[in-house]
Parts: sequence; C-alpha cells; structure tokens
Amino acid sequence: MSPVLGKPLNRVDGPDKVTGTGRYCGEIVLPGLAYGLIVGASVASGRVVSIDETAARAAGGVYGILTHENTPKVANAPVLIPSLAGNPAPGMSFFPMQDDTVHYWGQPVAVVVADSLEGAAHAAALLDITYESSTPVATIEDGRAAAYEAKTLFGGLMPAHDERGDVAGALAKSDVTIDQTYHYAANHHNPLETGVTTAQWDSDQLTLWNSTMGVRADQLTVARLLGIPLSDIRVITHYVGGGFGSKAMVWPHVTLAAMAARHVRRPVRLALTRPQSFTSNGHREEQEQRIRVGASRDGMLTAIRQEKLAVTSHFDDWAEPATGVSSEIYGCANYLGAHHLIRGNTMTATFTRAPGESLESFTLETAMDRLAYELDMDPIELRVKNHPPVDSHGNPWSSDGLAECLRRGADLFGWADRDPTPGVREDGHYLVGTGVAAAAYPVAFMMPVQRARARIFNDGSAVVQTGAAEFGIGVLTAMSQVGADALGVDMDVLRFEAGDTDLPNTTSAVGSMGATMQSSAVHNAGTTLRNQLVAHAVNDDKSPLHGLATRDVRVESGRMVSTLDPSIGESYADLLQRNRLLDMEALGSWTPPPLDTPHGLFTFGAQFAEVGVDKDLGLVRVRRMLGVFAPGRVLNPKLARSQLLGGMLWGLSQALLEGNQIDRQSGRWALNNLGEYLVPVHADVPDIQVEFVEVDDDVVGPLGAKGIGEVGQVGAAAAIANAVFHATGRRMNELPMTAEVVMNGGGAG
Amino acid sequence: MAMRPITFFRAGSIDDAVAAVSANPDSAFLAGGTTEIDLLRLGVIQPTLLVDVNELPLTYLEDTEGGGVRIGAMARMSDVARAPRIVERYPGMSQALLLGASEQLRNMASMGGNMCQRTRCAYFRDGQSPCNKREPGSGCSALTGVNRGHAVLGTSDHCIATHPSDVAVALVALDATIRTIGPDGTNTIPIERFFLRPEDTPSVEHPLAHGELIVAIDVPNVPVARTSRYVKHRDRVSYEFALVSVFSAMRVDDAGNVAELRLALGGVGTVPWRAHRAEEALIGRPATPENVAAAADAEFADARTTPMNEFKVTFAKRAIVRELSEVSS
Amino acid sequence: MAINHSTAPADTGVRGPEREPVTLDVNGATYPIELEPRVSLLDALREHLDLTGTKKGCDQGTCGACTVWVDGRRVLSCLTLAMSCEGHQVSTIEGIAQDGELHPMQQAFVDHDAFQCGYCTPGQIMSAIALLREGNATTDADIAEHMSGNLCRCQAYPNIHAAIREVRDADDGG
Repeated sequence: MSPVLGKPLNRVDGPDKVTGTGRYCGEIVLPGLAYGLIVGASVASGRVVSIDETAARAAGGVYGILTHENTPKVANAPVLIPSLAGNPAPGMSFFPMQDDTVHYWGQPVAVVVADSLEGAAHAAALLDITYESSTPVATIEDGRAAAYEAKTLFGGLMPAHDERGDVAGALAKSDVTIDQTYHYAANHHNPLETGVTTAQWDSDQLTLWNSTMGVRADQLTVARLLGIPLSDIRVITHYVGGGFGSKAMVWPHVTLAAMAARHVRRPVRLALTRPQSFTSNGHREEQEQRIRVGASRDGMLTAIRQEKLAVTSHFDDWAEPATGVSSEIYGCANYLGAHHLIRGNTMTATFTRAPGESLESFTLETAMDRLAYELDMDPIELRVKNHPPVDSHGNPWSSDGLAECLRRGADLFGWADRDPTPGVREDGHYLVGTGVAAAAYPVAFMMPVQRARARIFNDGSAVVQTGAAEFGIGVLTAMSQVGADALGVDMDVLRFEAGDTDLPNTTSAVGSMGATMQSSAVHNAGTTLRNQLVAHAVNDDKSPLHGLATRDVRVESGRMVSTLDPSIGESYADLLQRNRLLDMEALGSWTPPPLDTPHGLFTFGAQFAEVGVDKDLGLVRVRRMLGVFAPGRVLNPKLARSQLLGGMLWGLSQALLEGNQIDRQSGRWALNNLGEYLVPVHADVPDIQVEFVEVDDDVVGPLGAKGIGEVGQVGAAAAIANAVFHATGRRMNELPMTAEVVMNGGGAG
Repeated sequence: MAMRPITFFRAGSIDDAVAAVSANPDSAFLAGGTTEIDLLRLGVIQPTLLVDVNELPLTYLEDTEGGGVRIGAMARMSDVARAPRIVERYPGMSQALLLGASEQLRNMASMGGNMCQRTRCAYFRDGQSPCNKREPGSGCSALTGVNRGHAVLGTSDHCIATHPSDVAVALVALDATIRTIGPDGTNTIPIERFFLRPEDTPSVEHPLAHGELIVAIDVPNVPVARTSRYVKHRDRVSYEFALVSVFSAMRVDDAGNVAELRLALGGVGTVPWRAHRAEEALIGRPATPENVAAAADAEFADARTTPMNEFKVTFAKRAIVRELSEVSS
Repeated sequence: MAINHSTAPADTGVRGPEREPVTLDVNGATYPIELEPRVSLLDALREHLDLTGTKKGCDQGTCGACTVWVDGRRVLSCLTLAMSCEGHQVSTIEGIAQDGELHPMQQAFVDHDAFQCGYCTPGQIMSAIALLREGNATTDADIAEHMSGNLCRCQAYPNIHAAIREVRDADDGG
C-alpha cells in the first residue's frame, strides 16, 4: 500500500492559488509588452469591403494593425483533428484574415496592437469597417431543409454512422416503443479565465505563454500554420484558469498573437474579452435529437435508434457524437446511430465538457425512464437488467461497476422507499420528485506515446517532469503523488514540473484521458529510475545491498532496503554520493493500448437527483444530488471528489440554466456575458454527495486509473429531468428546463 | 469594446458637480459606476468628462416630517438595505435591495445611480444593432429578436427593453419622490413621472436636464408598508435580474375587504411597474383567489408579448395571486 | 479624438485624458504612479503595479473574480476607476497572508479543496473574509446568498462553503 498514492492530500499548488502569487498566462511580465486585441466581424455572412485605419492610428499608442490585407498567409491550411490524437489541432479547418470572406459573427477581421489595454480597445473601436452581408443560416430552423448525413466526425477520426442488426424490423416487432424528439440549446464553456496568449520572438525563436489544456498541441499547430520547425517554438503554460474544452483545441487567436508579435517586433499579449470568448473557441452546438427505443414486455431492449441534427460550420463536419454511449451501455442487437448536419454561419463547434455524452445520455436516459414507466418496472432494475457484461463487439469491459454504482446509490439515496407515482408529493409551493440515470464516459486510446522524466539529485531530492497543463484538474498534485510512489520518495522532496514543451511530452489532457496517460508516463519514468538505482546498488560492492536480487529490494522514503532484512539498506543519496554521481535520471514512456483493444472501455457511474418544482411558476430547484462512480484507481480522492462534484454541477447547469441561441437577424449569439448567460452561483448548489465504487482495471494503464473529468456530468441532467417528471408528471424534452419549458409541459416532445 | 480617453473631475460640492456637468454637453456624473463604467467600456455611452460625485455628503438617511425617510443619493444599496428605519418601515424595500445584484455591487451602487440604471437588453448593450434607445431612429432589434427577458407592459413599437431595477419597483409602490439639484435649481419629481415609458422616444428615460443631479429620494410615511414584501423570481437562485418580481403591501379591513393595496412589478415593464389597475380592482373587495386573479388579469389586459416572453404574463399573474394570497392569510 | 478642456471649471481639478500622477494606497503601501483616468482599478493593479492576484474574469461586473476591498468593503475593481480610489485604502489578495502565514480563510480553502483552476479564488477569498466581517454568514443559505457574486466555473462551491463554515465556527469559538 503506497504511502502517497490514493491519499487525500491537499493540492501542492494551493498556496500559490490562495495567495494570488501563481501566475496565469496573461500575467507574464516582459519588457516592452504590447497589448493585442481582436476585432470581430459584426456580420455573420458576407465580406469585408473596406477597413479604414485612419482614426484608429490617430488615436495614439498604436503599434500596428493586422487585417486580411497584411496578415501573413498560413504556411499550411489548418485541418481539424482532436488534440488527443497528438497532431496539429486547430479548432477548425479555417484560419481567419486570409481573405475578405466572413463566415460567422465575431470572426477575427483585424488585430490591433497598442501600448496599453485601453489604447488597444479604443483603437479597435475606431477601425471603420464596412461589410457586404447576406442573410445568415444560423439555427436549425434556418437550415433544416438542407440537412445532410455526416459520414465521419472529428476530421475523419470516427465514423458518424453506427449500425448493427435490423432496427426498423425490431422496432416494428417490439412490445413497447418510445419515440421522442428533444431540443437542446447551445452551451458556451466560459472558463473564468478567457483564452489568452503572450507571444515573444527572439529572432526566429518563438515563445508562447498560452492558456491551454496542452502545450504540445499549441506547438504542433502554430508550427504548422507558421511553417516553422517545432524546435523553434516553445510553449509554456503556467496556471490555466479553467478549460472545459475551450482550450482543448488551438484557436486562431493563439497564432494571431504570434503573427502580431512578429508584426510589431515586440512581445504581445492577446486576451479574449468575455464577449469574444463566445465567438472564439467553439461551443456546444444547438441540437435536436430523436430516439426510438423498442423493448419486450419483460424489459429487454430490442432496438435503439438515436439521431442528431445540428448546425456546423462551412468548413468542418463537426458534431459532438450522440451515439458512443447509447450504442454500448445497454445490450441491444439492433442499433442505429446517425448524425445529420446543416452548414451554417457559425464557427466550428468543439468539445464542451462531456462532449456528446452529456446530451446523448440525456436523450437515452430520459427515454429509459419513460420505458420503465411503460413497463411498470423500477428504473434501476431496468438498467441493471439491460447492462451487459460485454460491449457491442462482445469484448468484456476493462472494468465495469455500473450495476454496483446504481445499487450503492439506491441505498445511499433511499431509493427503496420511493413511490414511483408522479405528481403526488407536495411541499409548500413545490412538487417534489426523485430521479436516476446511468453514466458512462469512454476511455479513448487515440493518443501517441506519452513520456515523462524522473531525476534524482545526490541530496535525495527529486524532480519529475512532463509537459502537462494545470487547468484545475490537480495534475501537479496527483502526478507528484504518482512520481513519489514510483520513485519511493516522500512528497516533500519531490517537485513535479509541467506546462512546458521543453519537457518530455504528454498529450493535451482532454477526453478525460489526462490522469490515465500522464500517470502512466510518470509512473513508468519513476519506476524506471528506481529500478536503475536499485540495480546500481545491488551491483555496487560498496553497497550494503550488494549481491541482493533486485526483487528483494524495496524503496521507502528514498531509502533502498532489503525485504529480507529491513535493517540492511542505504539511501539514494548515499549511493549517488559514494559513486560521485551528481544526479541520475530516466525517461519513462507509455504506449497506449491499440484503438482496437479487445475490451469495452468506459468509466461508469450512476446519478441521483431530488428536485422541487414550483407548481405554479415552473422553476426547478435541485435539492439533492448523489453521484456514484467507478473510475478504477483513484489517485487522490480529495481532488477526484472535487472534479466529480464539478461535473455533476455542470450537469445541473446544463439541465436548468445554460442555453444560448443565435439571433436569426444578425447571426450573432444572443447572450455574450455572464450576466445573462447563466451558470450556477453559490446559491444554486444543492446538498451534493460523491461516492466511489472500487473496480480494478489492468487494461487502461499500469495504475488502472480511468478518467473522471467528464463522467460526473454525464447523466446528471437526465436524473434531474426524470426527477422533474416524478415531481410533476411532465416530461422534459428541452434543455435548459427553464420556467416556461416546465410551465408549458416540457418542450419539443 | 471601447474605452475612449476621458477626463475626470472629483467634485467637492454639489454646486461644483452640477456646474461641471452643465458646462460640458459630453459629460456625465459618475456615482457607483456599476452600470456606467460597464457601458463606457462597451462603447454604449460616450461621455468625455466624468464628474465623480462619490465624495459628496449625500450618504445620509434621515427622517422627514410626517414619518418618512429621506435617502441621500450617494447612500449605498447595501447600507440602505440594512438601515433599521428602512427594515422597520419598508421591509419590502430592504428585501428588494438585498435581492438586487451581489454584495460587491450593492456596496458600490448608489441609490441615485440605481434610479438611472440602464436596461440589460442585449441589442442596447452590443453597441451595434439597431436600437432606438441607444441610437434614436435606428429601429428596435428586440421586437423580432431574442426577447425572452423583454418587457410585456409599457412597451411601444420602438422599444421593449425591460427596466432592470429592483428597488425602483419598491419605490414606485411607495410613491417616493426624486429630489434633484440642477443648473436651474432644485426640483422634486414624483417617482412615477421620473421613469418614462419608451413611447416614441426610448432614448429619453428620465425628465432630467443635463447637469441635473439626483440628491435624494424621499420615501413618505406609508404605514401599510411596514408589512410590505418583495419577492423576486428568477432562473437561478441569486445574482440575476428578475424574470418577474412583486412588491406588495396590503391591509384588509375588519369586513375582510382590501382597504389598502400597493402593488408593483419588476421584470415585466419598460419602467418599474406600479400595478394601478390591479390595485383599483381589488380595493374594497375581499382578496379571494378569484378576485386577485381577476385583478391580475386586468393589469395584464394590454400586455404585448412575443412568442419568447409570453410566458411572463402567466408567470406574473400567478406570482401576484400567490403573493396576495399569502399576504392576506 | 478631441477632448474639450475649455468647458471644464476653471482652476480646474479636471484630470486627463493623458496620464496623470496618481497615488494609490494598496495593502498599506503607497504607490505613486501615472495613469489615464480611464484606467480601472483592476487594470491599475494588474498592469501598473504587477499585483496580478486580482483576476479579470469578465471586466463587466458579472463574475466577482476582481473583488478587492476599498476602505474595507468588498467591491468590484473592474467597475471602479483607479483615480476615484485616491485617498482610499485598497486591499487585495496579496495583502491577506501575514509574514508568510496564510490567513485562516486561505488555509481553509486549501484544506477543503475549495478551488480547482484557482482563477476565481482570490476573489472568493476576498469575499469570504468580508462576508464574515459583515456578519451575514449565520446559516448555509446566508453564506450561499452572500457569496453568489463570485462565480466559480469549476463549481467548487460546496467546498468553499465548507471552508467558510470552518473559519466562521473557529472565530465563534475563539
């Protein structure tokens, strides 16, 4: 049992964060720093006719202005591939300011660089830009007639159509069928720190301090767009003020900052304003989903057909997938999943926390709740009964735990006492109800080889490094624990370094893969160095451990001891000093299992919610939430709990608050600030609890740690919607479930 | 996104402040700044001189003859909300203050400034869209735009922007008076005449002359207000503008009939909305659910809705029925 | 653009629009600097004094990340002009820990894991300490309501509440 791994330690970066001394990427002090500001198009479809810079340049303090007329052409056209794949990862297959075309509202049409924040803002406002514009296609309603079925998603990385068996035939023969259509409003990530890049050139060498979920993706993308070698770009990230997917891909402002810095021959900081953050780093797209489910009278699923319709950009077939969980979580021989797209005047949408899984599971898990009522079955029993031991290819789960999560949750939540009758529990003005949903989030091995370095000095102190980014996931803490465990040293002598492409590289911590891949590389680096040191000792005739088999040596607190006689041993420091070695280091690498690993790969969980619904006004207030999850090895339960809580409250937010839409007249997002785009505040938080179900997983990496960043959100909104039904007898087919949706009976239907 | 160069003058006296603003047509008073600095940065308002009135001795609360309260214009929302004489005499006003914004904003925002709070209409705030309030004659984008939050009462063909204030709802119910000092001397304005409906000139929100400074708000003695309440309904539990809010103060006589009623609504009007029709419909009648519902119907008889905000009518009527039922029981 | 100086009162006390000497009192230290009137307190702290602990989340008064104290009261520095703070005492997160010792609220935030990305944290702490001083933290609902001006997108809210309760109860006991 490790003295550090799995312990609920405080964050090692805590003091930096609570004292305000930790630096974020918009807080880098450089001599001669200039301030860049993007000017976004104020039309959604058309072209820039003219840009008059006269007034802007006269305002004073302006170092330079980039427009499509003087912005360098990119060396290679961007091609969208998710950053997890380890390739250049532009957020869309489009780079702005290459010509006069405007594809979406807010598309960068100029960058103004000045000697102060205020000066840049003022000059930007003084740019006199004229446009030709045409009526935009901005919403599903605008483009429904022109919808087409996508063949692939994610730049060709995954098929958009998934089909097995005979869905139509099975639905026709099913005892019970459900057929429902849902409408989901768009979501925006809104990390508290907007995207920000500081760029500095030193002759041909570029340094970027970028707020990112992965420095390596930035380096690859900017190098490709600028046509310069990777060795000429260093990307550093200090603390990152939240990502939630908005910093998973590399958006144009990052490269524009580098271009602007070269243009004005000064270091440039380019920060997105809060309104710009709604048009600069993607979003979760508005979508319509339809599900048809067939089942036998005894409650076995016979068919699922789940389809999605959404607006994408003119350059990419992007849809957050709507079928990855619904095709696997329940055994069903007949399955069809498809994605339909409309090309519109929007930037390419992107990953937003639980990208795809949160909404597809809302569709599936509310349909399952309907089915449970149709069949007069307990919804937990219905789920357990249909959750198979293998995935749709017949491969066993690398680790499961879904049924245990549901049952443990049922015990903790008091499910056994629940009367399923809807609309009968009153508490003052409120109708009260409870709901449940299953959760699953995939483990996706699309990343390249992951690497880390461990180094020990001859005083016994150690440094472990990998190029991960700390954006709230606790990587500095968890990887310190993994490194200390692997090396056999105490936490207080180990420093974990991250956030720099000069370090061995791990891939962007996206798709809930951060903990798995980083811990695997760090673990391998630490154990490699440990083995190297132990081998050195047993081969060193001056060592008290000389002659022992390496397997008979263990390491604790930096001291190698014989397992046969613990009084025999020596410290790493003694070994190094005696051998006149100043330090010793090792690289560790981890090669992920192949994509076709013969296992079903998911983190599973269960969500429970209790709501009060104002019976007159339709306002939903969540009273209790419980999430039970089976993420395999938990590296630090304190941090894991926090991240899962965060995901669950994102689910609450998605259920009740978050929704944006495009103004059909202008093509502009209607809400562009945190006063009107609603995210939860302190007062929205219910009584909330997280529990773990232990499962062992020897497939997903040497430590068996699966992801937790997103599964916390999956199913949370569905559990709330099912609770609203239990409270009111009204089914919710629209998100967010605002007062009018509830008052009017639930939306889309 | 703009921050024009500005000049700054910290006024040491009311006269200095009034003189400074009066002398410069592009100037404005700067109080708490919670709306003004935001709109300045957005480029929605473009003064070149800000006259800081924060140091003026206008933070007092004092009793007036007849048992009312005079509130200095620079008294901060958080202080007014917790002032014992406000809590005792006008609890609904205290609640309205505390349900507005956040503690930080309430510590900054002044009572006088609150009277001049601007709408949250996205088309007004974006500095670009056609908007008659920002650029007279340019049109109203909200009429056919995303208008879930927009007003259903007091609208015109030229503007449907909602008035955002909470405390102003209480003040219209309490028949407060706005006291000003301007280049032409002092003035008093009954509060319902202070908030102008958009009609043909949405850009004119108040009858204030340029350079006329709000110096105090007089709240009269309203005994029934000692049991007043303010209830604010919104999507999230806190820190959001109202979907619908209700200020009510009611007295029922021995016969069970409504003897006095002061009812005002937030979130539904282009101005803080005194529900005169509902008041008239209920006075002299018992506040039965049926009578209250009929009164609410009367108030909204002329409501003008869009597909996105029509729910507010039902919502507000139900909120009124609930509120008056609870007050009367 | 033209600024009309001539219409301002004679003598005149009108400052700007160019940079002017301004003296700011921050965390007990006096900083003589030069600022244009349009510079917010937030940007003065971050860009001119290199006190970057106070965060810019929205620059619109909607998130609370920029919360500081002016004369001991919590306010939003993004909607405050720096020049208007002359003669007033500004306190920021950098002044909270004393002699290298974390303030009990800072320590409670660490112990309760009351943050993830940390970007809203300085504002949360400035609000939380002020909240206890204001005396409006009696119940959980009071804490939640009076902290609602500080958004946390990571949703560390339950842990922030636990941290505040701990400090409140320790204060009461001590």
